[in-house]
Amino acid sequence: MGDYTAETINDFIHGRFPDAAFTNDDDIFSLGFINSLFAMELVMYIEQKFSVTIPNDELKFDNFRTVNCMAELVHRQALPAVGQ
Amino acid sequence: MALMGVVGMGVMGVGVAQNLAQAGHRVVVMDRSADTLEKGRGLLARNFRMSQMFGGPRLDVSAMMNAITLTADLGELATAEIVVENITENFELKRDVYRRLDEICAPDTLFVANTSAIPITKLASVTRRPAQMAGVHFMNPVPLKSVVELIPGYHTSPETLDRVRTLLKEMGKQPIQVKDACGFVSNRVLMLTVNEAAYLVYEGTATADQVDEVFRGCFGHPMGPLETADLIGVDTILYSIQTLYENFADSKYRPCPLLAQMTDAGLHGRKSGRGFYTYNRLTAEA
Ligand SMILES: NC(=O)c1ccc[n+]([C@@H]2O[C@H](COP(=O)([O-])OP(=O)(O)OC[C@H]3O[C@@H](n4cnc5c(N)ncnc54)[C@H](O)[C@@H]3O)[C@@H](O)[C@H]2O)c1
Repeated sequence: MGDYTAETINDFIHGRFPDAAFTNDDDIFSLGFINSLFAMELVMYIEQKFSVTIPNDELKFDNFRTVNCMAELVHRQALPAVGQ
Repeated sequence: MALMGVVGMGVMGVGVAQNLAQAGHRVVVMDRSADTLEKGRGLLARNFRMSQMFGGPRLDVSAMMNAITLTADLGELATAEIVVENITENFELKRDVYRRLDEICAPDTLFVANTSAIPITKLASVTRRPAQMAGVHFMNPVPLKSVVELIPGYHTSPETLDRVRTLLKEMGKQPIQVKDACGFVSNRVLMLTVNEAAYLVYEGTATADQVDEVFRGCFGHPMGPLETADLIGVDTILYSIQTLYENFADSKYRPCPLLAQMTDAGLHGRKSGRGFYTYNRLTAEA
């Protein structure tokens, strides 16, 4: 499941930046091709695609630095609450 | 807490309203389109929510939203201390709005024109308060861009200019004051660049992506001219280059037919989901 989430996010970024070379652990913001507008698109894409609402506290740059960070963020939201 | 008025809730109006609310003002935003107001409400909520992603403070989203009133009635701006006008880049439309604002607003209300190219003196001439009007050319996205052009019109009073400077300081903006001329400094140059870039695509010399890559790769610009056109709005680019063409009566500003065709076809850039590039409709309205 982790792979699917990460691959989906990776595909989305590659769809917009076909020539960009990065791994799921690379800090994509340090590679220079991503700006703040794309960061906003990423948040919206992730929320729509995985049907999650990221809490305001989690809307921090650090959670979006790498594809794997984003995938973990998605998984944290998708975990069912204890006792449900 | 002063009440600030914003007219027009498109790309710029949303950003100006957001920035004013974050500066601690109560804001009333007027647009003639109910759809735009509805969409604008969503964009405001999203932008406040994402503030931290852009190095801003963590914001209380509901407090920010409560500071902003949306309306389709210009009459609600009657008690505003300052009105920032950001409607479509079209002199006739702006003229009608300024005439009505002049009737509606208190005698001491100041008007700030946010325009890409229309001379401030020309806009001020349609009101009975040219001394109380100044131009501020905000950059897009407004809350993220800290430098603006400040343009006094021919009759703008020193008191008006001081008050507008104070407002800009509250909004975290550093003004560069330039004289009033069509397109000011920024768009006198930028609109020609974007227009020529559009010609390169129109004539088949290069694709949009190649043009932008030359600017990013060779010149180190963070964004190329055609991505910038999509961010600004392809329609707004066309109206601005038309304004330059008409004001200077100089053929060097001849608008690229591709810009006109894209505008007619609804390819307005990010705000419509497609321009020189295609955007995910769900995510594009930045
Ligand atoms: N887009 C930019 O990057 C940028 C930057 C600086 C300045 N500007 C200038 O700011 C102004 C607004 O640009 P924008 O990009 O927000 O345009 P936009 O097309 O996104 O929005 C314009 C808004 O004005 C509204 N409007 C039109 N006529 C109206 C009327 N009579 N009363 C009330 N509302 C009305 C429309 O419904 C629309 O929502 C223009 O003058 C433009 O040149 C734009």
